[in-house]
Amino acid sequence: MQAAEKTPGTAIKADPVLLRVQNVYKYFPLQGFGSGGLSVRAVDGVDLEIRRGEALGLVGESGCGKSTLARLITALLPVTAGSIIFDGQDITKLRGAKLRRMRRKMQMIFQDPFASLDPRMTVGDILMEPLDNFKIGSGRERTQRVQELLRLVGLNPNFNNRYPHEFSGGQRQRIGIARALAVNPSFIVCDEAVSALDVSIAAQIINLLQDLQREFNLTYLFIAHDLAVVRHLSDRVAVMYLGKVVETAGRNDIYDNSQHPYTKALLSSIPVPDPEVERQRAPILLKGEIPSPVNPPSGCRFHPRCPIARAPGICSEVEPPLEPHGAVDQEAACHFAGQA
Amino acid sequence: MAETLLQLEDLRTQFFTGRGVVRAVDGVTLHVDAGETLGVVGESGCGKTITALSILRLVPEPGRIVSGRIIFRGQDVTKMDDDEIRQFRGNDVAMIFQDPMTSMNPVTKVGFQIEEAMTAHERFTERLAKGRVIELLKKVRVPAAESRVKDYPHQFSGGMRQRAMIAMGLSNEPALLIADEPTTALDVTVQAQIIQLMKQLNRELGTAMMLITHNMALVASLCQRVVVMYAGRIVEEGPVDQIFRSPQHPYTWSLLRSVPRVDEARKDRLVSIRGLPPDLLNPPPGCKFHPRCPFVVDRCKIEEPPLGEVAAEQLARCWVLMRNVKDEDVAAAKSSALSLDAAKKLKAPAGGDAGR
Repeated sequence: MQAAEKTPGTAIKADPVLLRVQNVYKYFPLQGFGSGGLSVRAVDGVDLEIRRGEALGLVGESGCGKSTLARLITALLPVTAGSIIFDGQDITKLRGAKLRRMRRKMQMIFQDPFASLDPRMTVGDILMEPLDNFKIGSGRERTQRVQELLRLVGLNPNFNNRYPHEFSGGQRQRIGIARALAVNPSFIVCDEAVSALDVSIAAQIINLLQDLQREFNLTYLFIAHDLAVVRHLSDRVAVMYLGKVVETAGRNDIYDNSQHPYTKALLSSIPVPDPEVERQRAPILLKGEIPSPVNPPSGCRFHPRCPIARAPGICSEVEPPLEPHGAVDQEAACHFAGQA
Repeated sequence: MAETLLQLEDLRTQFFTGRGVVRAVDGVTLHVDAGETLGVVGESGCGKTITALSILRLVPEPGRIVSGRIIFRGQDVTKMDDDEIRQFRGNDVAMIFQDPMTSMNPVTKVGFQIEEAMTAHERFTERLAKGRVIELLKKVRVPAAESRVKDYPHQFSGGMRQRAMIAMGLSNEPALLIADEPTTALDVTVQAQIIQLMKQLNRELGTAMMLITHNMALVASLCQRVVVMYAGRIVEEGPVDQIFRSPQHPYTWSLLRSVPRVDEARKDRLVSIRGLPPDLLNPPPGCKFHPRCPFVVDRCKIEEPPLGEVAAEQLARCWVLMRNVKDEDVAAAKSSALSLDAAKKLKAPAGGDAGR
């Protein structure tokens, strides 16, 4: 992991951890008749650290809570409980101008490049808006910056008078990236930033994100369901299942030495573009599908689908904590970690 | 040599839009043998789905098959009358789609929909069809099939819905099942279950399969042969092992190197194909891929290469071919595209501060 170089203007701190998620919960109460005070437990007690300059990959299947967690981290949603310390400040307690100042340091790139750009604004206006909001530079400097941003992400600077519909999906995603970079953030959350794109275009965006990280010492939270993309882009990976982090490890340890049976199954499910490997590979097929986050299973919430669970027994009764297992810097929440 | 089930000969399907003619499928010749699995890969807009819809004569307006032949077991599908085509669809060739929610009727029970697919044809009597529904759901491994036949589609999860769709597709025992991105909308662990099911069904029932996808890994996992399409044309074709080991068309080569592999540590940058897929209203002259090709030569810009044999059973449409490309040119194709000069200017501290 490279030590993050400080960009001018940010305070020098010794803390290598940029973001700490501490025991965070997010419950969405169910509305309507017969819901009886039940909640969707989208994020159900998550601890997570993101270090300066690293790319943390967050993976899991739909409904595991990864996108909700991203919205909590960027203060787009209030937490139900817990704290999120970004650069030494608990953002769950920030309001008004302080929160706005914090937002300049964290930006988000969204999945759908069609829905995340205002169709009535020109590209120039879209990129100008964050600069205006944070009163960055003079009018002339802003105009110039917009042009540099467009060049940076590989678009023609003269396109600033065009509207989003005039661009392809990949180009729009570049605009979304330029918008995120406009205010010189130190931390960017990419929520499924390439999953809506065609393969050849996705590769362009993945390469661009890597180049930008190196060039600007960015810290990334990279959320995706495509584990191959995550392995390629991340330094460390966290796996979520039904509102909880079940394993974290370095990007190669998680793949070569996974400790949690869910991680193992998830990885073995992904086909590899190599027919010879495919003939040898036997995916671990899980029983059934993800249970409802309204009423998660008792004990370890993976136990009804787990191939090695002792249930009834410890797995259906006691919730396993996230503890060190396997390699250095690797943690798993399983009573029988490493035994699958 | 297996029997040839389906043969497309110089198929052309065009869309007559207000802005001009879109050549969505532009001279496609391919065949599917009985019992085999053929992958058709390419990016959005390459014509893979329209090829499949053409086979069933389901091309939406303003599209039309303008020329070419579609021979299924000796019969030309393009010349069938309405009765014949109705019998052909479902009975001989069935199709399953990406999104199992929108392709099922939300207000009728799943069991009835499968039954209906059978009674629409003459192969099974109504009584026989009723009895077969549970058997079919069991075959696609829907748990508790006896009770789930009475469920509505919304009571099924995504994976179960796709299983029910496959059951419907197989209900009339077609010789060929066309699957258009059957796992794209599903979660990874569910995707693995469906892939496994499709493999088993292909083995157990001997149903030939045409898998339409953008995912090369899925092709490696499921198919014996693969056809790569670009801008309405086949650019490469051959046995899966051969194509993955030694792709000869630069487009196939780039596609294989533009996706990271989950079983490999990061070594290299991904190969990204520069630019965008061509506008089919106004395709480039010469080779359709030449504006994006890293290994382009002058001839590519003027004259379109034919689909020629490059190895045993392997065809490619290219003047250059990957085996003739030098290593340094391959390395250059992976280099950074970032405008470093723009990056430098942006890093300079911009005056002003938040909230002031």
